Amino acid sequence: MRGFEVRHYLIAAAAWALAAGPALAQAQPAPVQAPPSAQGQPQSGDDDQLVVDVTGGRRAALPIAVPYMPTPQPADTAAGNTGALGRQVAEIVAADLRNSELFTPIGPSGLPGVSFPQVTAPDYGAFASTGAQNLVQGFVQANANGSITVGCYVYDVASQAELTRQGYVVQPRDWRRAAHRCADTIFSRLTGEGGYFDTRVVYVSETGPARHRIKRLAIMDYDGANHRFLTNGQWTVLTPRFAPNQQTITFMTYENERPRVMVYELDSGRARPLVPGNYMTFAPRYSPDSRYIIFSMAMNGNTDIYRIPTGGGTPQRLTNSPGIDTGGSYSPDGSRIVFESDRGGTQQIYMMNADGSNQRRISFGGGGYATPVWSPRGDLIAFTKTGGFRIGVMAPDGSGERILTGGGGAEGPSWAPNGRAIMFTRGLSAGQLWYVDVASGATRRVPTPLDGSDPAWSPLRPN
Amino acid sequence: MMRRTSLIALAAMLSLSAGCAHRRTAAELPPQPPSATETAEGQVQDNGIAPEGVPGSRRDFLQSVPSDRIFFDTDSYSLDAQSRATLDAQAAWLTRNAAVRVTIEGHADERGTREYNLALGDRRANSARDYLQSRGISAARMQTISWGKERPAVDGHDETAWSQNRRAVTVVPE
Repeated sequence: MRGFEVRHYLIAAAAWALAAGPALAQAQPAPVQAPPSAQGQPQSGDDDQLVVDVTGGRRAALPIAVPYMPTPQPADTAAGNTGALGRQVAEIVAADLRNSELFTPIGPSGLPGVSFPQVTAPDYGAFASTGAQNLVQGFVQANANGSITVGCYVYDVASQAELTRQGYVVQPRDWRRAAHRCADTIFSRLTGEGGYFDTRVVYVSETGPARHRIKRLAIMDYDGANHRFLTNGQWTVLTPRFAPNQQTITFMTYENERPRVMVYELDSGRARPLVPGNYMTFAPRYSPDSRYIIFSMAMNGNTDIYRIPTGGGTPQRLTNSPGIDTGGSYSPDGSRIVFESDRGGTQQIYMMNADGSNQRRISFGGGGYATPVWSPRGDLIAFTKTGGFRIGVMAPDGSGERILTGGGGAEGPSWAPNGRAIMFTRGLSAGQLWYVDVASGATRRVPTPLDGSDPAWSPLRPN
Repeated sequence: MMRRTSLIALAAMLSLSAGCAHRRTAAELPPQPPSATETAEGQVQDNGIAPEGVPGSRRDFLQSVPSDRIFFDTDSYSLDAQSRATLDAQAAWLTRNAAVRVTIEGHADERGTREYNLALGDRRANSARDYLQSRGISAARMQTISWGKERPAVDGHDETAWSQNRRAVTVVPE
């Protein structure tokens, strides 16, 4: 990625045997619902000594100490002094871990100071008394070429063993990314799952009265930092989605009062219509390989789902029911598409093969279902339950329906890249972005400068 | 109770009328003609001072038809008798003003999901268009646009507001 250079300059130490004491080592419990395929499952490698119960929420939160990170030599950078950055990086790491609901960070404030030599030789005794089972240490160092190095070390307090270490060489302006990547490293090492902190969210920023709502495309880090607008608000925009390769965003715009799907290049800022013609196009979503976009097109009162190459081409029709077919979302392996249709009289979730064949209904609970979105892990489909607006999940065969959160008009789920969390819109006429932990149902608001809706969570950012 | 309900309805209608004037873009707010006020039916009452609307103008249209809009039941796009009567009057006006092209906006209330409501608004706009076409208005003179739930006519989170927001509006250019 432009301007962001990361070098893994240290190889993780092979200390697995000492990684976790017997009291800490918990085998990963079997998932509640077996995934339909292994596709998209995170690789745990040859190390299965996981120390966090990934199916639990706060109940199993792991105490982890995150002291301020020292600098070998205080130096001014474009993002501030390395001493200040070391404190800020530790605060972001602790906030990320807290956000995950799987950890209870201790510190950074109130913890003993760590000197630079102690980064690789921890004073375990000083942290054992805090109740922390794990310890994160690190440093921030200015380099001669203007970059900074952020070191990130994870220790087991009881066994006094180093579990992993990583270093990130970044431009000073990307210091927050280094902190998020450190948190991702900690998360992955201690849970065996991929992280989701070094990610972004594209969404619709909203302001003004409901009858004249101003809606602008905006992008920010997953925690709300580095916020910027992508459109000026002249035209209403809706439902942005990240390309899995993160090169483009697709969204719907009312530009020139011609509602249609656009493709926006993140590097150049250029946008172009996805589909030629005058019919309204909407509800776009990428294929997992980013080569195609499925979208809905309304023709004379009938809405069907189509597929088109991301770079443009001839739309291929996938559904042809007389009802409203919309909200399509690919399975992680690209073989199937889940969508919503009212062909049976009410909004329900349907499944089809990627070529449109074998269409069948999978939701049979009471009420209506909308906006199905396939988890990146493949194991669950998130949806909006209509009539009350609640966010829920079900298995791809329709079983195991579980409502995660509701109230205040929740709709439009978007998955974190590791499938552990969902971001969604809450609020009917004045929306806000919210986050729900899938395992525990714990929710929290995602900070935005104005109101917000239609969040789309990016994959982990490329190195 | 009856009186209160009608007051609420009147208030809703008045704000709805205000909405008519600037539904095309938020930025353009044409000044309300000082001599005319819209009634609950959306008609413009002439107080005797204002001139008639120029034939074929938006004002002429609003003076000539019972309403510029029709309303729908929840999740429905079928036309009831009142809607057909409104569209009959619109068709008659469009027949008299054969040069006028119109945009038919379809809208939904806030209780549907965003994308579904875009499709529902398209259904409603097309219901109105198809009916006007059946009354002899050329499809070439009518274009449709769905706003889903993005442009409510009335603020509020109750049936009074929702019933005014489930609508198709025939928009004559200024």
